Amino acid sequence: MAGSSVSVDLSQAMITAPVALGDWLVVAPSLITILGGALCLMLRKNTDLQPKLGIGFLALLVVANLALLIRVLDQGVITMVMGSWLPPFGIAFTVDSLGVTLSLIGSIVAFCGGVFGAATVDSTGRRYGFYPFLLLLMTGVCGAFLTGDIFNLYVWFEVLLISSYGLLVLGNDRIQLDGAVKYGVLNLIGTNLFLIATGMLYGIFGTLNMADLAMKVAALENPASGTLATVAALYFLAFAMKAAAFPVNFWLPASYHTPNVVVSAVFAGLLTKVGVYALIRIFVLILPASRGYMADVIALVAIATLLTGAIGALAQSEVRRLLGYVVIAGIGSMLAGVAVGSTLAVSGAIFYAVHSIIVMTALYFAAGIMNMMGGSYDLRQLGGLYQKSAAFAAVFLVLGFAVSGLPPFSGFWPKVILVDAAFADGRAWLGAAILFSGFLTTLAMGRVWIFAFWRGGPEGTADGETVAVTGETGTQLSGAAVWLPLGILTALVVYFGLQPEWMLELSTQGASGIVEPLGYLRSVFGGQG
Amino acid sequence: MRTIIFRTIAPYLSALMVLFSIFVLLRGHNEPGGGFIGGLIAASALAIFGIACGVASVRRAIVFHPMGVSGFGLFLSALAGLPSIFKAQAFMTSQWLDVHLFGVEIALSTPLFFDIGVYLVVVGAIGSIALALEEREVD
Repeated sequence: MAGSSVSVDLSQAMITAPVALGDWLVVAPSLITILGGALCLMLRKNTDLQPKLGIGFLALLVVANLALLIRVLDQGVITMVMGSWLPPFGIAFTVDSLGVTLSLIGSIVAFCGGVFGAATVDSTGRRYGFYPFLLLLMTGVCGAFLTGDIFNLYVWFEVLLISSYGLLVLGNDRIQLDGAVKYGVLNLIGTNLFLIATGMLYGIFGTLNMADLAMKVAALENPASGTLATVAALYFLAFAMKAAAFPVNFWLPASYHTPNVVVSAVFAGLLTKVGVYALIRIFVLILPASRGYMADVIALVAIATLLTGAIGALAQSEVRRLLGYVVIAGIGSMLAGVAVGSTLAVSGAIFYAVHSIIVMTALYFAAGIMNMMGGSYDLRQLGGLYQKSAAFAAVFLVLGFAVSGLPPFSGFWPKVILVDAAFADGRAWLGAAILFSGFLTTLAMGRVWIFAFWRGGPEGTADGETVAVTGETGTQLSGAAVWLPLGILTALVVYFGLQPEWMLELSTQGASGIVEPLGYLRSVFGGQG
Repeated sequence: MRTIIFRTIAPYLSALMVLFSIFVLLRGHNEPGGGFIGGLIAASALAIFGIACGVASVRRAIVFHPMGVSGFGLFLSALAGLPSIFKAQAFMTSQWLDVHLFGVEIALSTPLFFDIGVYLVVVGAIGSIALALEEREVD
């Protein structure tokens, strides 16, 4: 499928033309965050300045990503090669609508995280580097979304993982170290598999440039050869681990409830989605034939992930652990898109990734606010939050509807697309699993809402009665720093639900850009096709 | 470890190692060496000085906190990729400037500054780990 009929003139790639100033936007997201992270690291003793610097650089990152998106929509796929060393020898950053869309949404979420962190991360956390870690995490995330080279992708994964280890242990609680060990070991294994597969790929093709690989794989006479199948299986396992797919999902609920809630929020929004992105990029763009014969396996994993996530969410009473399982259920939906693999399905997966980044971060923020109001993360202790703030109860209901895939919010459209694509592909079971998982998620979110908001007080409160809730309201809750990020993200959830055309078009463009990667290949190697 | 011989030698040894690390850093462009290995040598100089004379005196000697040093290194390395923007070339394209100073030709280049940045990142990161470990030992 990928690029089989493309003839690209390699000699054209040897011309060094001047680089337009606008093309520098390709490296701007990584560069802004790396400079900002370094600056925050130097000034980390100044805890008052940290949030201002950090939020400033994150705002700059959003602007840069927005400019990059506009340029990509205007000019098509953009490539910049580092140090003018031309691909396939040099490292190329190749930005298409898929990468830049996720990068933009990711940076908005990180900005909200930075603002929320200004209220919830104390001065000790700031001194130990919350903002430098957050900025360097974004260096890795944006780099992974924008790079056009598999080894470089590996490097960005390392950058974001190292920063995430730092964020995870910020605060030094015993439980955090426990969570960090589980998270660290599993991710280390995943990263090693990724590296081994990359080494094998280089051994076969002698290149790691994604566009070059896509062409060479398409030109193979026997794309189902044993070695390539091994590489595909290793990549699938590695990225499934990063994405927390069944059966390698257990690290996520074991670690995401341990750190500061803003860290959980950013992780839940971004990290698993980078794994899904890498899966889409490698299986749809580079190894379409392998994806073809692995489709049944991927579909099974997707169904298992959808059900594990939703059932796990029903079984939990700790809000953050519950949300961790909801993240996993979402991963199942995105994997379903990869399993089907048509342009429609991949566009559904991309839209779902965008939706999931926004809504999961917002839900973790909401969990943090619930803790501030009710003094606990446990559904048995929480209660009566509706009396405290009816508006917050409404916001939580909106987010709960969105994450379950109910209209008219952002989760509805990608689920419609995914179910539609699954049925069109003759995988009725996959479509049914998505719907059933959505139903169970509705129950789980409804349970949270009924217990934490509707019930008059903690467990045991009789119907119709209200008990005064003892939470540490006041000091922390008063600031806009808590409500603004939640407001921005909820507004996006409602906007993408009511006005989905823009994001539908963007994700369709992103999907067709990797299913039929002519523009991608030409951007790297030039040529008229 | 704190014998009188060691304590007498350590400052000279550390000074020599730092000097050697800078030599390794500068010859690194065309010959074996470079920022990473140079940084390791300098970090081990800090570690030796710390074992002999105590962590507090190392911290006084390097003035800035090691993490600040590595932050500055990261900043410098990232900046070193930028000058090519003025020549309409891609990010990190190397720029060279030959300076004749007292009859000696000195090649100033962006890779040199990138390498100095790497050197500082390694000194800062490894140095801060080494100092933290040595501090624990004293407790």
